[in-house]
Amino acid sequence: MAHKFRTKIRMAALIGLLFVSACARPEVSRGTYDPFEVQNRGIHEDNRKLDQYVLRPVSQGYGKILPPELRLGVSNMASNLSVPGVVVNDLLQFNLRNAGHNTVRFLLNSTIGLGGLLDPAAAKFPLRRNDFGQTLYVWGAGEGAYLELPLLGPSTTRAAAGIVVDLALDPLRLFAPTDVATASTIASAADVANSRYTYSDTVDSILYDSEDSYAQSRLLYLENRRFLLGDTTSGEDVYDIYEDLYE
Amino acid sequence: MSDIVNRRQFVAGLAAFGAVFTAVPAFAYSSADATNLIGKVVRDINRIINSGQPETVMLSDFENIFRDYADVPIIARSALGPPARSLSASQLADFTTSFQGYISRKYGRRFREFVGGKMEVKSAKAVKSFFEVKCLATLKGQPPFEVIFVVAGRSGRFIDMEIEGVSLLKAERAEVGAMLDNRRGDVRRLTADLRNI
Repeated sequence: MAHKFRTKIRMAALIGLLFVSACARPEVSRGTYDPFEVQNRGIHEDNRKLDQYVLRPVSQGYGKILPPELRLGVSNMASNLSVPGVVVNDLLQFNLRNAGHNTVRFLLNSTIGLGGLLDPAAAKFPLRRNDFGQTLYVWGAGEGAYLELPLLGPSTTRAAAGIVVDLALDPLRLFAPTDVATASTIASAADVANSRYTYSDTVDSILYDSEDSYAQSRLLYLENRRFLLGDTTSGEDVYDIYEDLYE
Repeated sequence: MSDIVNRRQFVAGLAAFGAVFTAVPAFAYSSADATNLIGKVVRDINRIINSGQPETVMLSDFENIFRDYADVPIIARSALGPPARSLSASQLADFTTSFQGYISRKYGRRFREFVGGKMEVKSAKAVKSFFEVKCLATLKGQPPFEVIFVVAGRSGRFIDMEIEGVSLLKAERAEVGAMLDNRRGDVRRLTADLRNI
Protein backbone atom coordinates (compact mmCIF):
# COMPACT_ATOMS: atom_id res chain seq x y z
CA MET A 1 0.00 0.00 0.00
CA ALA A 2 2.72 2.43 1.04
CA HIS A 3 4.74 1.40 -1.98
CA LYS A 4 1.77 1.84 -4.30
CA PHE A 5 1.18 5.25 -2.77
CA ARG A 6 4.75 6.40 -3.33
CA THR A 7 4.70 5.17 -6.94
CA LYS A 8 1.51 7.11 -7.56
CA ILE A 9 2.94 10.30 -6.09
CA ARG A 10 6.10 9.92 -8.12
CA MET A 11 4.14 9.33 -11.32
CA ALA A 12 1.96 12.32 -10.64
CA ALA A 13 4.93 14.54 -9.97
CA LEU A 14 6.59 13.38 -13.18
CA ILE A 15 3.54 13.86 -15.36
CA GLY A 16 2.82 17.16 -13.67
CA LEU A 17 6.36 18.40 -14.31
CA LEU A 18 6.12 17.39 -17.94
CA PHE A 19 2.96 19.39 -18.43
CA VAL A 20 4.13 22.37 -16.42
CA SER A 21 7.30 22.69 -18.46
CA ALA A 22 5.06 22.48 -21.53
CA CYS A 23 2.94 25.39 -20.35
CA ALA A 24 5.77 27.41 -18.81
CA ARG A 25 6.63 28.71 -22.30
CA PRO A 26 6.17 32.46 -22.49
CA GLU A 27 2.73 33.63 -23.46
CA VAL A 28 2.72 34.61 -27.13
CA SER A 29 -0.29 36.84 -26.86
CA ARG A 30 -3.28 37.41 -24.67
CA GLY A 31 -6.52 35.85 -25.79
CA THR A 32 -6.72 32.45 -27.41
CA TYR A 33 -3.64 30.30 -27.94
CA ASP A 34 -4.75 27.28 -29.92
CA PRO A 35 -1.84 25.70 -31.84
CA PHE A 36 -3.57 22.28 -31.81
CA GLU A 37 -6.76 23.58 -33.40
CA VAL A 38 -6.89 20.93 -36.14
CA GLN A 39 -6.58 18.03 -33.67
CA ASN A 40 -8.86 19.80 -31.18
CA ARG A 41 -11.59 20.21 -33.78
CA GLY A 42 -11.41 16.48 -34.57
CA ILE A 43 -11.83 15.61 -30.91
CA HIS A 44 -14.62 18.16 -30.62
CA GLU A 45 -16.59 16.38 -33.35
CA ASP A 46 -16.15 13.05 -31.55
CA ASN A 47 -17.23 14.63 -28.26
CA ARG A 48 -20.28 16.11 -29.92
CA LYS A 49 -21.32 12.72 -31.28
CA LEU A 50 -20.72 11.17 -27.88
CA ASP A 51 -22.99 13.79 -26.34
CA GLN A 52 -25.63 13.36 -29.02
CA TYR A 53 -25.81 9.55 -28.81
CA VAL A 54 -24.85 8.82 -25.19
CA LEU A 55 -24.57 11.64 -22.66
CA ARG A 56 -27.58 13.68 -23.73
CA PRO A 57 -30.05 10.72 -23.92
CA VAL A 58 -28.72 9.18 -20.69
CA SER A 59 -28.93 12.51 -18.84
CA GLN A 60 -32.47 13.09 -20.11
CA GLY A 61 -33.45 9.66 -18.77
CA TYR A 62 -31.65 10.28 -15.49
CA GLY A 63 -33.25 13.70 -15.06
CA LYS A 64 -36.76 12.64 -15.98
CA ILE A 65 -36.92 9.32 -14.13
CA LEU A 66 -35.24 10.17 -10.82
CA PRO A 67 -36.84 12.76 -8.50
CA PRO A 68 -34.88 16.02 -8.11
CA GLU A 69 -34.30 15.40 -4.38
CA LEU A 70 -32.50 12.14 -5.10
CA ARG A 71 -30.43 13.70 -7.91
CA LEU A 72 -29.46 16.56 -5.61
CA GLY A 73 -28.47 14.07 -2.88
CA VAL A 74 -26.22 12.12 -5.26
CA SER A 75 -24.63 15.33 -6.57
CA ASN A 76 -24.12 16.55 -2.99
CA MET A 77 -22.35 13.30 -2.23
CA ALA A 78 -20.08 13.63 -5.27
CA SER A 79 -19.28 17.19 -4.29
CA ASN A 80 -18.58 16.24 -0.67
CA LEU A 81 -16.25 13.41 -1.64
CA SER A 82 -14.27 15.83 -3.80
CA VAL A 83 -13.53 18.11 -0.82
CA PRO A 84 -10.43 16.26 0.52
CA GLY A 85 -8.78 16.77 -2.89
CA VAL A 86 -9.77 20.43 -2.77
CA VAL A 87 -8.17 20.82 0.67
CA VAL A 88 -4.93 19.29 -0.64
CA ASN A 89 -4.78 22.10 -3.19
CA ASP A 90 -5.66 24.73 -0.58
CA LEU A 91 -2.64 23.50 1.38
CA LEU A 92 -0.39 23.41 -1.69
CA GLN A 93 -1.25 27.08 -2.21
CA PHE A 94 -0.68 27.84 1.49
CA ASN A 95 -4.28 29.05 1.63
CA LEU A 96 -4.88 27.94 5.22
CA ARG A 97 -8.08 29.94 5.54
CA ASN A 98 -9.76 28.05 2.68
CA ALA A 99 -8.24 24.76 3.85
CA GLY A 100 -9.91 25.31 7.23
CA HIS A 101 -13.17 26.50 5.68
CA ASN A 102 -13.45 23.49 3.36
CA THR A 103 -12.39 21.04 6.10
CA VAL A 104 -15.17 22.30 8.38
CA ARG A 105 -17.56 21.93 5.46
CA PHE A 106 -16.40 18.35 4.87
CA LEU A 107 -16.74 17.39 8.55
CA LEU A 108 -20.20 18.95 8.90
CA ASN A 109 -21.62 17.38 5.74
CA SER A 110 -20.00 13.99 6.35
CA THR A 111 -21.60 13.77 9.82
CA ILE A 112 -24.85 15.68 10.25
CA GLY A 113 -25.17 15.82 6.45
CA LEU A 114 -25.51 12.02 6.46
CA GLY A 115 -22.29 11.23 4.61
CA GLY A 116 -22.68 14.16 2.27
CA LEU A 117 -26.18 13.35 1.03
CA LEU A 118 -27.42 16.64 2.50
CA ASP A 119 -25.63 19.97 2.47
CA PRO A 120 -26.27 21.64 5.84
CA ALA A 121 -22.95 23.51 5.50
CA ALA A 122 -24.13 25.35 2.37
CA ALA A 123 -25.13 28.60 4.08
CA LYS A 124 -22.11 29.16 6.35
CA PHE A 125 -19.51 27.06 4.54
CA PRO A 126 -20.21 27.00 0.80
CA LEU A 127 -17.60 25.03 -1.17
CA ARG A 128 -14.61 27.14 -2.16
CA ARG A 129 -13.52 25.35 -5.32
CA ASN A 130 -9.94 24.49 -6.00
CA ASP A 131 -7.97 22.10 -8.17
CA PHE A 132 -4.40 21.45 -9.20
CA GLY A 133 -4.85 23.48 -12.38
CA GLN A 134 -5.53 26.43 -10.09
CA THR A 135 -2.53 25.50 -7.93
CA LEU A 136 -0.36 25.67 -11.05
CA TYR A 137 -1.85 29.09 -11.81
CA VAL A 138 -1.08 30.29 -8.28
CA TRP A 139 2.45 28.91 -8.57
CA GLY A 140 2.91 31.05 -11.69
CA ALA A 141 2.54 28.57 -14.56
CA GLY A 142 1.09 30.06 -17.74
CA GLU A 143 -2.27 28.97 -19.09
CA GLY A 144 -0.63 27.13 -21.98
CA ALA A 145 -2.44 25.98 -25.08
CA TYR A 146 -6.14 25.35 -25.42
CA LEU A 147 -7.01 21.65 -25.52
CA GLU A 148 -10.19 19.78 -26.11
CA LEU A 149 -9.89 16.48 -24.27
CA PRO A 150 -11.67 13.29 -25.32
CA LEU A 151 -14.72 12.72 -23.04
CA LEU A 152 -13.76 15.61 -20.73
CA GLY A 153 -14.16 18.47 -23.19
CA PRO A 154 -12.60 21.96 -23.13
CA SER A 155 -9.35 22.39 -21.18
CA THR A 156 -5.85 23.84 -21.40
CA THR A 157 -2.45 22.19 -21.08
CA ARG A 158 -2.27 23.63 -17.54
CA ALA A 159 -5.77 22.47 -16.56
CA ALA A 160 -5.21 19.03 -18.12
CA ALA A 161 -2.02 18.58 -16.10
CA GLY A 162 -4.10 19.55 -13.09
CA ILE A 163 -6.66 16.83 -13.76
CA VAL A 164 -3.95 14.15 -13.89
CA VAL A 165 -2.30 15.33 -10.68
CA ASP A 166 -5.64 15.73 -8.88
CA LEU A 167 -6.51 12.11 -9.67
CA ALA A 168 -3.17 10.96 -8.32
CA LEU A 169 -3.20 13.17 -5.21
CA ASP A 170 -6.83 12.56 -4.22
CA PRO A 171 -6.68 11.49 -0.53
CA LEU A 172 -9.88 9.54 -1.08
CA ARG A 173 -8.23 7.30 -3.65
CA LEU A 174 -5.01 7.08 -1.66
CA PHE A 175 -6.34 6.39 1.82
CA ALA A 176 -10.06 5.58 1.85
CA PRO A 177 -11.43 2.04 1.42
CA THR A 178 -11.95 1.04 -2.22
CA ASP A 179 -15.73 1.10 -1.74
CA VAL A 180 -15.66 4.81 -0.94
CA ALA A 181 -13.54 5.58 -3.98
CA THR A 182 -15.91 3.54 -6.15
CA ALA A 183 -18.94 5.32 -4.68
CA SER A 184 -17.22 8.62 -5.42
CA THR A 185 -16.64 7.61 -9.06
CA ILE A 186 -20.26 6.55 -9.52
CA ALA A 187 -21.62 9.67 -7.81
CA SER A 188 -19.38 11.87 -9.96
CA ALA A 189 -20.63 10.20 -13.14
CA ALA A 190 -24.22 10.70 -11.98
CA ASP A 191 -23.39 14.31 -11.19
CA VAL A 192 -22.19 14.83 -14.76
CA ALA A 193 -25.52 13.49 -16.03
CA ASN A 194 -27.36 15.76 -13.59
CA SER A 195 -25.48 18.85 -14.73
CA ARG A 196 -26.02 17.96 -18.39
CA TYR A 197 -29.74 17.69 -17.57
CA THR A 198 -29.97 20.86 -15.43
CA TYR A 199 -28.14 23.05 -17.98
CA SER A 200 -29.60 21.22 -20.97
CA ASP A 201 -30.80 24.37 -22.79
CA THR A 202 -27.43 26.09 -22.40
CA VAL A 203 -25.39 23.10 -23.52
CA ASP A 204 -27.75 22.33 -26.42
CA SER A 205 -27.58 25.91 -27.65
CA ILE A 206 -23.77 25.83 -27.69
CA LEU A 207 -23.31 22.33 -29.16
CA TYR A 208 -26.21 22.20 -31.62
CA ASP A 209 -27.45 25.73 -32.41
CA SER A 210 -24.12 27.44 -32.98
CA GLU A 211 -22.63 27.54 -36.48
CA ASP A 212 -19.19 26.96 -34.93
CA SER A 213 -19.72 25.05 -31.71
CA TYR A 214 -15.97 24.50 -31.35
CA ALA A 215 -15.18 28.22 -31.30
CA GLN A 216 -18.08 28.92 -28.94
CA SER A 217 -17.11 26.23 -26.42
CA ARG A 218 -13.48 27.37 -26.55
CA LEU A 219 -14.39 31.01 -25.86
CA LEU A 220 -16.90 30.18 -23.13
CA TYR A 221 -14.54 27.77 -21.39
CA LEU A 222 -11.51 30.08 -21.45
CA GLU A 223 -13.42 33.16 -20.30
CA ASN A 224 -15.24 31.32 -17.52
CA ARG A 225 -12.11 29.52 -16.33
CA ARG A 226 -10.16 32.79 -16.16
CA PHE A 227 -13.04 34.36 -14.25
CA LEU A 228 -13.07 31.50 -11.71
CA LEU A 229 -9.29 31.74 -11.26
CA GLY A 230 -9.38 35.52 -10.98
CA ASP A 231 -6.87 35.52 -13.87
CA THR A 232 -6.99 38.95 -15.49
CA THR A 233 -3.75 38.60 -17.45
CA SER A 234 -4.45 35.77 -19.92
CA GLY A 235 -7.56 37.17 -21.57
CA GLU A 236 -7.60 40.14 -23.89
CA ASP A 237 -8.64 43.41 -22.29
CA VAL A 238 -12.30 43.64 -23.21
CA TYR A 239 -12.23 47.38 -22.57
CA ASP A 240 -9.99 47.78 -25.61
CA ILE A 241 -12.83 46.35 -27.68
CA TYR A 242 -15.31 48.70 -26.03
CA GLU A 243 -13.11 51.77 -26.61
CA ASP A 244 -12.85 50.87 -30.30
CA LEU A 245 -16.63 50.84 -30.61
CA TYR A 246 -16.95 54.55 -30.02
CA GLU A 247 -14.06 55.73 -32.16
CA MET B 1 -22.12 99.31 -34.19
CA SER B 2 -22.04 98.49 -30.56
CA ASP B 3 -25.37 96.91 -31.09
CA ILE B 4 -23.88 94.52 -33.60
CA VAL B 5 -20.97 93.69 -31.30
CA ASN B 6 -23.34 93.02 -28.52
CA ARG B 7 -25.43 90.85 -30.72
CA ARG B 8 -22.32 89.01 -31.88
CA GLN B 9 -21.23 88.53 -28.32
CA PHE B 10 -24.67 87.39 -27.41
CA VAL B 11 -24.74 84.84 -30.23
CA ALA B 12 -21.24 83.65 -29.38
CA GLY B 13 -22.21 83.41 -25.75
CA LEU B 14 -25.27 81.43 -26.66
CA ALA B 15 -23.25 79.07 -28.81
CA ALA B 16 -20.73 78.56 -26.04
CA PHE B 17 -23.50 77.98 -23.57
CA GLY B 18 -25.10 75.51 -25.97
CA ALA B 19 -21.84 73.66 -26.44
CA VAL B 20 -21.31 73.39 -22.70
CA PHE B 21 -24.90 72.43 -22.14
CA THR B 22 -24.97 69.63 -24.70
CA ALA B 23 -21.55 68.38 -23.64
CA VAL B 24 -22.58 68.11 -20.02
CA PRO B 25 -24.61 64.87 -20.24
CA ALA B 26 -21.69 63.00 -21.85
CA PHE B 27 -19.18 64.08 -19.21
CA ALA B 28 -21.51 63.91 -16.28
CA TYR B 29 -22.67 60.36 -16.86
CA SER B 30 -22.02 58.68 -13.54
CA SER B 31 -22.15 55.32 -11.80
CA ALA B 32 -25.48 56.45 -10.40
CA ASP B 33 -26.88 56.92 -13.92
CA ALA B 34 -25.59 53.51 -14.98
CA THR B 35 -27.10 51.92 -11.87
CA ASN B 36 -30.35 53.68 -12.63
CA LEU B 37 -30.41 52.36 -16.22
CA ILE B 38 -29.68 48.77 -15.19
CA GLY B 39 -32.19 49.12 -12.35
CA LYS B 40 -34.83 49.66 -15.03
CA VAL B 41 -33.52 46.75 -17.12
CA VAL B 42 -33.60 44.43 -14.12
CA ARG B 43 -37.06 45.64 -13.09
CA ASP B 44 -38.39 44.90 -16.59
CA ILE B 45 -36.69 41.50 -16.70
CA ASN B 46 -38.12 40.53 -13.31
CA ARG B 47 -41.57 41.61 -14.47
CA ILE B 48 -41.33 39.54 -17.66
CA ILE B 49 -39.98 36.34 -16.09
CA ASN B 50 -42.70 36.37 -13.46
CA SER B 51 -45.53 37.44 -15.76
CA GLY B 52 -46.58 33.93 -16.76
CA GLN B 53 -47.11 35.16 -20.34
CA PRO B 54 -46.71 32.84 -23.34
CA GLU B 55 -43.19 32.68 -24.75
CA THR B 56 -43.93 34.69 -27.92
CA VAL B 57 -45.08 37.65 -25.80
CA MET B 58 -42.04 37.33 -23.53
CA LEU B 59 -39.72 37.30 -26.56
CA SER B 60 -41.15 40.54 -27.96
CA ASP B 61 -40.94 42.09 -24.47
CA PHE B 62 -37.25 41.15 -24.40
CA GLU B 63 -36.73 42.75 -27.79
CA ASN B 64 -38.19 45.98 -26.37
CA ILE B 65 -35.75 45.93 -23.43
CA PHE B 66 -32.85 45.32 -25.79
CA ARG B 67 -33.99 48.08 -28.16
CA ASP B 68 -34.67 50.63 -25.40
CA TYR B 69 -31.73 50.10 -23.04
CA ALA B 70 -28.90 48.68 -25.18
CA ASP B 71 -26.81 50.50 -27.77
CA VAL B 72 -27.93 48.08 -30.49
CA PRO B 73 -26.27 49.80 -33.51
CA ILE B 74 -22.90 49.72 -31.73
CA ILE B 75 -23.30 46.08 -30.64
CA ALA B 76 -24.39 45.01 -34.13
CA ARG B 77 -21.46 46.81 -35.79
CA SER B 78 -19.03 45.26 -33.31
CA ALA B 79 -20.46 41.76 -33.87
CA LEU B 80 -20.00 42.18 -37.60
CA GLY B 81 -16.43 43.45 -37.23
CA PRO B 82 -14.44 44.98 -40.12
CA PRO B 83 -16.97 43.99 -42.87
CA ALA B 84 -19.31 46.59 -41.34
CA ARG B 85 -17.12 49.35 -42.76
CA SER B 86 -17.79 48.46 -46.37
CA LEU B 87 -21.58 48.52 -45.99
CA SER B 88 -23.88 51.34 -47.00
CA ALA B 89 -25.88 53.05 -44.27
CA SER B 90 -29.06 51.27 -45.28
CA GLN B 91 -27.35 47.85 -45.46
CA LEU B 92 -25.97 48.40 -41.97
CA ALA B 93 -29.40 49.49 -40.72
CA ASP B 94 -30.96 46.32 -42.21
CA PHE B 95 -28.34 44.16 -40.57
CA THR B 96 -28.87 45.94 -37.24
CA THR B 97 -32.62 45.27 -37.34
CA SER B 98 -32.11 41.57 -38.15
CA PHE B 99 -29.44 41.30 -35.49
CA GLN B 100 -31.71 42.88 -32.88
CA GLY B 101 -34.40 40.26 -33.53
CA TYR B 102 -31.88 37.40 -33.56
CA ILE B 103 -30.33 38.42 -30.23
CA SER B 104 -33.72 38.94 -28.59
CA ARG B 105 -34.96 35.51 -29.64
CA LYS B 106 -31.72 33.71 -28.84
CA TYR B 107 -31.26 35.14 -25.34
CA GLY B 108 -34.97 35.67 -24.68
CA ARG B 109 -35.49 31.92 -25.02
CA ARG B 110 -32.73 31.33 -22.51
CA PHE B 111 -34.62 33.43 -19.99
CA ARG B 112 -37.02 30.48 -19.73
CA GLU B 113 -34.60 29.20 -17.09
CA PHE B 114 -35.09 32.49 -15.23
CA VAL B 115 -38.84 31.98 -14.74
CA GLY B 116 -39.62 32.25 -11.03
CA GLY B 117 -36.17 33.69 -10.30
CA LYS B 118 -35.00 37.23 -9.69
CA MET B 119 -32.17 39.58 -10.40
CA GLU B 120 -30.93 42.45 -8.27
CA VAL B 121 -28.43 45.25 -8.78
CA LYS B 122 -25.53 44.99 -6.33
CA SER B 123 -22.92 47.61 -7.15
CA ALA B 124 -21.45 49.80 -9.88
CA LYS B 125 -17.99 51.05 -10.70
CA ALA B 126 -16.40 53.15 -13.44
CA VAL B 127 -13.76 51.54 -15.69
CA LYS B 128 -12.27 53.98 -18.21
CA SER B 129 -15.29 55.62 -19.87
CA PHE B 130 -17.53 52.66 -19.04
CA PHE B 131 -19.50 51.47 -16.05
CA GLU B 132 -19.73 47.94 -14.72
CA VAL B 133 -23.01 47.31 -12.97
CA LYS B 134 -22.86 44.08 -10.98
CA CYS B 135 -26.06 42.09 -10.48
CA LEU B 136 -26.86 38.87 -8.70
CA ALA B 137 -29.17 36.39 -10.40
CA THR B 138 -30.97 33.93 -8.13
CA LEU B 139 -32.66 31.10 -9.99
CA LYS B 140 -34.64 28.21 -8.66
CA GLY B 141 -32.48 25.27 -7.56
CA GLN B 142 -29.16 26.89 -8.48
CA PRO B 143 -26.56 28.75 -6.49
CA PRO B 144 -26.76 32.52 -7.25
CA PHE B 145 -24.43 33.79 -9.97
CA GLU B 146 -22.98 37.10 -11.06
CA VAL B 147 -24.15 39.07 -14.09
CA ILE B 148 -22.36 42.28 -15.11
CA PHE B 149 -23.86 44.87 -17.43
CA VAL B 150 -21.35 47.16 -19.15
CA VAL B 151 -22.81 50.63 -19.73
CA ALA B 152 -21.18 53.13 -22.10
CA GLY B 153 -21.06 56.64 -20.68
CA ARG B 154 -21.06 58.04 -24.18
CA SER B 155 -24.42 56.58 -25.15
CA GLY B 156 -25.93 56.01 -21.71
CA ARG B 157 -26.87 52.49 -22.81
CA PHE B 158 -25.49 49.04 -22.13
CA ILE B 159 -23.17 47.42 -24.68
CA ASP B 160 -22.35 44.08 -23.05
CA MET B 161 -23.46 41.56 -20.49
CA GLU B 162 -20.98 39.25 -18.75
CA ILE B 163 -22.25 36.09 -17.09
CA GLU B 164 -19.63 34.53 -14.79
CA GLY B 165 -16.88 36.08 -16.86
CA VAL B 166 -18.35 35.21 -20.26
CA SER B 167 -18.93 38.27 -22.45
CA LEU B 168 -21.97 38.01 -24.68
CA LEU B 169 -20.48 40.61 -27.03
CA LYS B 170 -17.37 38.47 -27.52
CA ALA B 171 -19.49 35.34 -27.94
CA GLU B 172 -21.57 37.06 -30.64
CA ARG B 173 -18.49 38.43 -32.39
CA ALA B 174 -17.26 34.83 -32.65
CA GLU B 175 -20.67 33.50 -33.71
CA VAL B 176 -21.43 36.19 -36.30
CA GLY B 177 -17.86 35.79 -37.60
CA ALA B 178 -18.49 32.06 -38.10
CA MET B 179 -21.86 32.74 -39.74
CA LEU B 180 -20.23 35.22 -42.11
CA ASP B 181 -17.48 32.70 -43.00
CA ASN B 182 -20.13 30.07 -43.75
CA ARG B 183 -21.75 32.54 -46.18
CA ARG B 184 -18.47 33.57 -47.82
CA GLY B 185 -18.69 37.04 -46.31
CA ASP B 186 -22.10 37.79 -47.85
CA VAL B 187 -23.64 40.22 -45.32
CA ARG B 188 -26.88 40.49 -47.28
CA ARG B 189 -27.44 36.73 -47.05
CA LEU B 190 -26.55 36.80 -43.36
CA THR B 191 -29.02 39.66 -42.79
CA ALA B 192 -31.76 37.61 -44.44
CA ASP B 193 -30.84 34.38 -42.59
CA LEU B 194 -30.69 36.08 -39.18
CA ARG B 195 -34.40 36.82 -39.43
CA ASN B 196 -35.08 33.07 -39.31
CA ILE B 197 -32.57 32.00 -36.67
